[in-house]
Amino acid sequence: MADQIARANGQPPMLTVEGLKTYFFTDEGTVRAVDGASFEVQAGKTVGIVGESGCGKSVTALSILRIVERPGRIVAGQILLRRPNAKAPVDLALLEAEGAEIRAIRGGEIALVFQEPMTSFSPHYTIGNQIVETIQLHQDVGKEEARNRTIELLRMVGIPNPERRIDEYPFELSGGLRQRMMIAMALSCNPKILIADEPTTALDVTTQAQILDLLRDIQQRTQMSVIIITHDMGVIAEMTDDVIVMYLGRVVESGPVDEIFHQPKHPYTQALLRSIPSIFAEPRTKLPTIAGSIPHPHNRPTGCPFHPRCAEAMPGICDRHEPRLRPISEAHFASCFLYHEPEAAPPS
Amino acid sequence: MLTYTIRRFLLALLTIWAISVLSFAIIQLPPGDYVTAYIAQLASSGVDVTPEFAENLRQQYGLDSPVYVQYLKWMQQISRGNFGRSLEWRVPVLDIIGDRLWLTMAVSVSAVLFTWGLALPIGIYSAVRQYSIADYIFTFIGFIGLAVPSFLLALILMYVGFRYFGANIGGLFSPEYLQADWSLGKLWDLIKHLPLPALILGTAGTAQLIRIMRANLLDELRKPYVITARAKGMSELRLILKYPVRAAMNPFISTLGYLFPFIISGSIIVALVLGLPTIGPLLLRALVAQDMFLAGTIVLFLGILTVLGTFISDILLMWVDPRIRFERRE
Amino acid sequence: MRKAKSPAAADNGIDEALVTSAAEERVSVATQWQLMWWRFRKHRLAMISGVVILAFYLVAIFADFLAYADPQSTEAFRSLIAPQPIHFFDEGRFSPHVFALIGKRDPRTFKRVYEPDPEQKVPLRFFAEGYEYKFLGIFRTNRHLIGVDGGNAEELIFLLGTDQLGRDLWSRLMIACRLSLTIGLAGVTLSLVLGVLLGGISGLYGGAIDTLIQRVIEILRSIPTIPLWMGLAAAMPRDWGVVQVYFAITVILSLIGWTDLARVVRGRFLALREEDFVLAAELAGVSQMRIILRHMAPSFLSHIIAATTLALPNMIISETALSFLGLGLRPPAVSWGVLLQDAQNIQTVALSPWLLSAALPVVVVILAFNFLGDGLRDAADPYG
Repeated sequence: MADQIARANGQPPMLTVEGLKTYFFTDEGTVRAVDGASFEVQAGKTVGIVGESGCGKSVTALSILRIVERPGRIVAGQILLRRPNAKAPVDLALLEAEGAEIRAIRGGEIALVFQEPMTSFSPHYTIGNQIVETIQLHQDVGKEEARNRTIELLRMVGIPNPERRIDEYPFELSGGLRQRMMIAMALSCNPKILIADEPTTALDVTTQAQILDLLRDIQQRTQMSVIIITHDMGVIAEMTDDVIVMYLGRVVESGPVDEIFHQPKHPYTQALLRSIPSIFAEPRTKLPTIAGSIPHPHNRPTGCPFHPRCAEAMPGICDRHEPRLRPISEAHFASCFLYHEPEAAPPS
Repeated sequence: MLTYTIRRFLLALLTIWAISVLSFAIIQLPPGDYVTAYIAQLASSGVDVTPEFAENLRQQYGLDSPVYVQYLKWMQQISRGNFGRSLEWRVPVLDIIGDRLWLTMAVSVSAVLFTWGLALPIGIYSAVRQYSIADYIFTFIGFIGLAVPSFLLALILMYVGFRYFGANIGGLFSPEYLQADWSLGKLWDLIKHLPLPALILGTAGTAQLIRIMRANLLDELRKPYVITARAKGMSELRLILKYPVRAAMNPFISTLGYLFPFIISGSIIVALVLGLPTIGPLLLRALVAQDMFLAGTIVLFLGILTVLGTFISDILLMWVDPRIRFERRE
Repeated sequence: MRKAKSPAAADNGIDEALVTSAAEERVSVATQWQLMWWRFRKHRLAMISGVVILAFYLVAIFADFLAYADPQSTEAFRSLIAPQPIHFFDEGRFSPHVFALIGKRDPRTFKRVYEPDPEQKVPLRFFAEGYEYKFLGIFRTNRHLIGVDGGNAEELIFLLGTDQLGRDLWSRLMIACRLSLTIGLAGVTLSLVLGVLLGGISGLYGGAIDTLIQRVIEILRSIPTIPLWMGLAAAMPRDWGVVQVYFAITVILSLIGWTDLARVVRGRFLALREEDFVLAAELAGVSQMRIILRHMAPSFLSHIIAATTLALPNMIISETALSFLGLGLRPPAVSWGVLLQDAQNIQTVALSPWLLSAALPVVVVILAFNFLGDGLRDAADPYG
């Protein structure tokens, strides 16, 4: 499918996720957290993954880093990472989860900024200790050198008085500062890809804006690829080049941010956009919501996963056949029977 | 940090005071006073007791004054190193307790070390490999350890040793060292005999600590900072030992405060079954014979040693937890 | 929540969605106790343990009926007889019986030994007549679950052997359940009253009184319990009767036992005081008593039940240990600890290992209470 997705530019993508399926085998049944997600991340671009909670955004991020916890497991799909000096990209899905190769990539080439700044650092060690450790894991430098670099990093992410702050414990810092520390730690080894999983959800609005500014600024300076995972359409609009909309573990629509916002194709994307409060809206009108709620992961609907909540669902088609991600325009894809015919044989 | 230490220290002093009151109560509770019992004993062994001698004794122990004065007098005597005389043995209490107290400590401390040495790695393993076969086996053994009181375990092991190996597995010394003076050989003999009582005493505590460690570590393993550390590319073993185990250590260390009294308690009754030359059998005998100064002194000493052990573990805890060091407790 | 898997629902997505929402509906309207029951039911080990404990208490109630020999009847001739297996079938027919024992003198040691004689079968009768007892203190009867026709059960059946005084161990074990299982309950009840009262005051008022109670708890917990109990128990006058000793032991055990429960109660109080619904009730002007009884009690009651269950085994162990030392219940009272007293001498145990049989119910009951308590604790927080 990846080959059907048009290249935004001539370069091969930095990261290609292809038919990724990550399932959780619990006692109550199998939860298909990610169920055939495919997308690409271009070098130097920012990609946003958006969807309601439980749609598999975070599990996708964890899958890329191969740190999905048991009973979760990648059951199918490829995660191809282009590496600077290698001819062929490496398939992360095939690597040994605790092996040396993937560990060199984790934190070294792909870094993660996590959604909980309050608990993402261990309270038992100083911030400095935890960042220095990251640097020394991936680079052959001494303690002193690593410490100096850490101070530089802290300064870069806008932490006042970094020489003093480096020796503080996480519980001595505010949420905003902690998230900056987190970003500094992620950047410490000059990663090619930064995954930011809900980087601003737990912060107040002003701090949110500052952190987003910081991320954008750093992205422009370092030219790395950024994957922002969020449920906030505002963050998407502000930050990203490309958007991936996920629903129940699948990509339902993807494309450049302008097209997604101005010509959303999938009914789910349209519904998501309608539910953003707008200052231009008529006062005292009710904000549209998406009917129904996300189905329980153990009983995902047959056919198109969105059909029970979809205003445009076509009985006999949407509840029987599974739509595929098909091109709408050059770089814009949607997975909906409004735009393509179901395949001849319904999946059994 | 200093205030914390001082607070703990004051609490320890308070506890020792409470224990002294309880010990005094144990001396006081039986009907009749010490002097009556002592005189009756002397008389029965044919010694002629003059009323003046009895009156002297009464005054020395202040038996004619109110209870709190008696307590203060007792404390005064203790501060001079006079713990009273044993009725049964007719020698000063301290002479009888002597070595037995240190042997009790040796047994208890080795049981604590055994408990920790075993519970820590097993607890970590059980949590990290949750629901593995080894985890189930350890959990099962843990439950047995929890459900079999230590004196029953001692009885069963004694039975097994006697029945199938024809050996008496009790005691702390080989016969040739039993009466010998302390020497390196005797010390080594003691060390060789310690593991079995340590195992018996430690099993219940180990079972409990494994459960505590496993539960805490499972909680910690779910915390975001573990994912952060994993995303850094740390190796799993190093990561687990540095972050979640470190966090799970705190409740673990704080159990020492309760583990120690628990093990001392257990050692009393286990020593009886195993025939250890520790303070346990002595205490029981003193209690049964209503030799109350001996019994009270033993309870006092055991209490003080326990409080000291707890105090040390508290200081240890403070030393490991930065949050307490910064006085931002919970 | 596990959904109902009907094949009809499986091929129709809409129906399935409806099934799910029905299940969710069921969860959202269920009462707290229903939720806890559902959660508890998933804990299979705890369920089994609950049944085991129930069975033990039934044994305690019907102890005399389940015994077949008078637990106090001594007979030097019958000293230390080995357990006697029951044979269920006789020539292919169901006819439970035991082999009669023939007493002989060992030609070398001159000790009296008993050997089963397969020729002489003693048939067991159900609901047979035996020694007379007062069932639950209400009416007199002499019916027992098993016995022998026309003979004296004391002289013919020895399912678990006898002790040194020739008393039947099986019967004594049954009777022992009564004291051993109820002394735990009584002790826990007393600790519960103390614990809820002091823990509640501590959590409710805070401040100086809280500090005071907390320090007292810390002090009590850092004192080694067994020497203390021993000291207090030894101070009991020798001429006290079984009932007095029983209550004294209960008080001694709860003197320390209440601290755990007080900590749980205080912890819940402190946690709940911060809850929004309590604040909301306060703001709405609800009286403090009503807040505690109506809003807070339902959410800590379950925790207290779980903590109580977990405190019970400690009580049972403690009673057993004290009685084992000879400082707790004393003969003629019969408890597991008293029975184990006979096993103190290792030489005796090596020759007559059945004297250890009281260890088994101790271990089983403690395990069962622990599993049950774990299950209850997990279920106690149904919204967690």
